[in-house]
Amino acid sequence: MLGLERYIVVTGHYGSGKTNLAVNLAFDLRKQGLPVTVVDLDIVNPYFRTADFRKLFEEQGITLIAPPFANSNLDLPVLSAEVFSVFAQKEGYVIFDVGGDDAGAVALGMFRAHFERISYSMLYVINRYRYLTRSAEEACELLCEIEAASRLKATGVVNNSNLARGTEAKDIVASAEFAQQVCDKLKLPLICTAAVRPFADELQGKVENIYPVDIYVKSVWD
Amino acid sequence: MKGNEAMAEAAIQAGCRHFFGYPITPQTELSAYMAKKMPKIGGTFLQAESEIAAINMVLGAASAGVRAMTSSSSPGISLKSEGVSYIAGSDLPCVLINVQRGGPGLGGIQPSQADYWQATKALGHGDYQLLVFAPSTVQEMVSLIFKAFDKADEYRMPAMILADGMLGQMMEPVEFPEKAEVAKVEKPWATNGHQGKRAHNVVNSLYLQAPELEKHVVERFKRYDIVKANEVMVENYKMEDAEVAVVTYGATSRIVKSAVNSARALGIKVGCIRPITLWPFPEKEIAAAADKVQKFLCVEMSMGQMVEDVRLAVNGKKPVEFFGRTGGVIPTPAEVLEQIKKLAGK
Repeated sequence: MLGLERYIVVTGHYGSGKTNLAVNLAFDLRKQGLPVTVVDLDIVNPYFRTADFRKLFEEQGITLIAPPFANSNLDLPVLSAEVFSVFAQKEGYVIFDVGGDDAGAVALGMFRAHFERISYSMLYVINRYRYLTRSAEEACELLCEIEAASRLKATGVVNNSNLARGTEAKDIVASAEFAQQVCDKLKLPLICTAAVRPFADELQGKVENIYPVDIYVKSVWD
Repeated sequence: MKGNEAMAEAAIQAGCRHFFGYPITPQTELSAYMAKKMPKIGGTFLQAESEIAAINMVLGAASAGVRAMTSSSSPGISLKSEGVSYIAGSDLPCVLINVQRGGPGLGGIQPSQADYWQATKALGHGDYQLLVFAPSTVQEMVSLIFKAFDKADEYRMPAMILADGMLGQMMEPVEFPEKAEVAKVEKPWATNGHQGKRAHNVVNSLYLQAPELEKHVVERFKRYDIVKANEVMVENYKMEDAEVAVVTYGATSRIVKSAVNSARALGIKVGCIRPITLWPFPEKEIAAAADKVQKFLCVEMSMGQMVEDVRLAVNGKKPVEFFGRTGGVIPTPAEVLEQIKKLAGK
């Protein structure tokens, strides 16, 4: 799917939509019948993380490896030793949901030696409407920081431009040029443009590589 | 933007160039934003050695007449309380942000509204009040930061934004003004160097004689009366024909509004009163509602704190019930709907 390797690393700005993308990828890859493991590597953000979806994942037969104290009141930046086990998996997909910015990417860095021995896709999720990554320059600068902190190189860009519930199809269309600029500057391919399902059909043909997503990450009142 | 970042950016646009903080979940993105942005615009970001140091740096900066801010979450705000009392006692303006988490003690890192009493009644010793603003959206966080700086300057008193972890951590679209309108307030009292042109200014909260201290406190309370008369902010949601009024604030009001809409769909005449300023509290507005509605329900992420102010305002005219979750547990729209149905006898 989307030309992705078996090991998929999802990085980006805080709130760029990494977790929502990771959850969608997990469900779609699982539908293909292969084992899927999601690794919640976020140790910098206490809320809105893949560990929130433990029950949904279990229902779908997706394995979740989350920091042992995720969603508890113990604010400890600790990762489970179980994370190392995924590098020995012989089949199936492993999705790493990394914390935001360079701060979150530090945790990814400790696995660098393991990543060097495997093929992986490292996705850089961008949102044209996110305050600190509105220009291609800002978006590129942030990836440099993430790559420096994680000591890994991104392999592709995911355009996840959205305005949360206020998103309209035209907003996604209007983000295409920005996404292309980021890709050109970074010399990376655009893996896909994520669009919520009602718009995904409408945008087929208008925007390249549309990846339809559902919204899982939301507030209690939504 | 994330709520915490939006508040930081709003403060910068409101002219704040001096931020002193100390990291704590779920507020840390605010400090991180300031750390990144302040050096680029010639401002000062300083991560102090403790919350106590940070609040006293705010005291120093505010004395010099600049817009200064600090932010923290519940346990950190407790540590700052002594400094806030000194700031209030010195008639200094500043902005404090509390992104609340569960308590007491170290408590938790999940959202909470258990610092209502602390913010509105007792953030530190002595006779004093804070302006307390309670946003319910990321957009409102932005507008209230501008307001907090303006009003703090106008009344020479500290202003607090009482948010919670949910608002601080959530992403919402937000618009900033094209050109920020910042009230220009002259500060002839500022200790920013007299350059031989005027007498020394003194910023102080120590008075040697009791009558002198009393005079200052009484003068301050006269100012508080003006604040109470002019600065109350409240939102009425579907209250026109309401028989049940749900009083709630901050992020919880989003959950309540969702429940109110579901109850309306079932034919229950219910509305929501949302205090935006917690001090000054909208006493008159709630007293007026008590003449119209049959029952009140107060919903908070605490064991029931604001409900006491609601009961004081209702003054026994109508029953006031309470529903809350605490310790970082967030009430659901379904739970609130159940409470509304019970009150409406459905």
